[in-house]
Amino acid sequence: MTNPVPSPVLVEMKAVNKHYGALHVLQDINLQVAKGEVVVVIGPSGSGKSTLCRTINRLETIDDGSITIEGKELPKEGKELANLRADVGMVFQSFNLFAHKTILENVTLGPIKVKGVSKSDAEKQALALLERVGVGHQAAKLPAQLSGGQQQRVAIARALAMKPKVMLFDEPTSALDPEMINEVLDVMVELAKEGMTMVVVTHEMGFARKAADRVVFMADGQIVEESTPNEFFTNPQSVRAKDFLSKILTN
Amino acid sequence: MNVLIDNREVFLSGFKNTGILFVFSAFFALILGTIVAGMRVSPAPAMRAAGTIYVNAVRNTPLTLILAFFALGYPRLGLPHLDYMFAAIVGLSLYTATYVSEAIRSGINTVSVGQSEAARAIGLTFMQTLSLIVLPQAFRSVVPPLFSVFIALLKNTTVAAGFGVVEAGGIRATLSDLGEPLLPGLLWVALIFVVLVLGILTPLQRYLEKKWRVAR
Repeated sequence: MTNPVPSPVLVEMKAVNKHYGALHVLQDINLQVAKGEVVVVIGPSGSGKSTLCRTINRLETIDDGSITIEGKELPKEGKELANLRADVGMVFQSFNLFAHKTILENVTLGPIKVKGVSKSDAEKQALALLERVGVGHQAAKLPAQLSGGQQQRVAIARALAMKPKVMLFDEPTSALDPEMINEVLDVMVELAKEGMTMVVVTHEMGFARKAADRVVFMADGQIVEESTPNEFFTNPQSVRAKDFLSKILTN
Repeated sequence: MNVLIDNREVFLSGFKNTGILFVFSAFFALILGTIVAGMRVSPAPAMRAAGTIYVNAVRNTPLTLILAFFALGYPRLGLPHLDYMFAAIVGLSLYTATYVSEAIRSGINTVSVGQSEAARAIGLTFMQTLSLIVLPQAFRSVVPPLFSVFIALLKNTTVAAGFGVVEAGGIRATLSDLGEPLLPGLLWVALIFVVLVLGILTPLQRYLEKKWRVAR
């Protein structure tokens, strides 16, 4: 651990294990994310990085170990779990915008239904957020009428509308056409600069270099290496990381 | 034509009761069926089990037995009295709700799991996720099977004739008492059912399918 955790710990995973049948997908995971920190999780497919990301808001349950947010254990279910999720933003690989609702409704639904914000306030805030991610003029359209890059930016706005303490990104650019990747990454870099706490699972090494405070490298369900982006890309310690980087950084 | 005109009172009151049975039963079956479908996808095992048991028990019981129970068995239980019409509505609703529930559940399965994950991720509860995100999308894909269920319900109302409710299925018996020719009478009943289905239910189905068609 080359990078001592600076400010208060926001997300902490301790000795987390998870199995899918015989597959031990998360093996004794220990991870701390400090407030304002941007942690990028990389690794080959099947390494468990998406699963790790999804356990933080309990879209995936864990077998043992503990996950805390601001020192509080994740609630198991029900209203408390819903309340916790309201504070943890999530952006999915496949956007998952609500297909039957307009762009504006997608962003206002959470604030209105979960936080009890008035419709007019929620709309004002949503329009400002949509403007900020560059899709303000699309507010009245349905998700299917937007490009993938636009949909993903709306998904980011939808998560931000809940004023989350931490944002989880589960391969946010993996389903996008190459020319749309940067418009999404730009929004994420902006967010990182503004001090949002972020856990980002991605294959975009450019983003890791530009915006990450720390890179976590996973393979076969384990955290193999953790270091600053510069350290990780120029001087990886483990054989697995060297092997992985040699495969993706050749071009 | 004479059979119809001479006995229009019989036909009118018969089909009026058919209409009442159908509208109320369809309404209650839709509500109950939606609730049961929700139970069957609930995260709580007890809810899922209750929903499954209800659907399997009632769906596998012949409608005549269910209506016979309400007409003949229920009055002996010493519970509040139900008149035949009301009892028939209860029986038809309970029976039809199982089919509605299965149609809606198949619709729920067409909504991608990402939709409900995204809903949960912004802090919606299970009930909110179901009612705001999943069901509105599920209904769109179940309009055709749901209307098949309702058309079957419309015809199933005639079973109630056997249990004291005078509706379209009982017209034959009344005509027989009046000494009218039976075959034309029956043909008229059949024809009016066709007109009801083609004239009301089918256009309504087409309208809803068009209105709820989504861009994907």
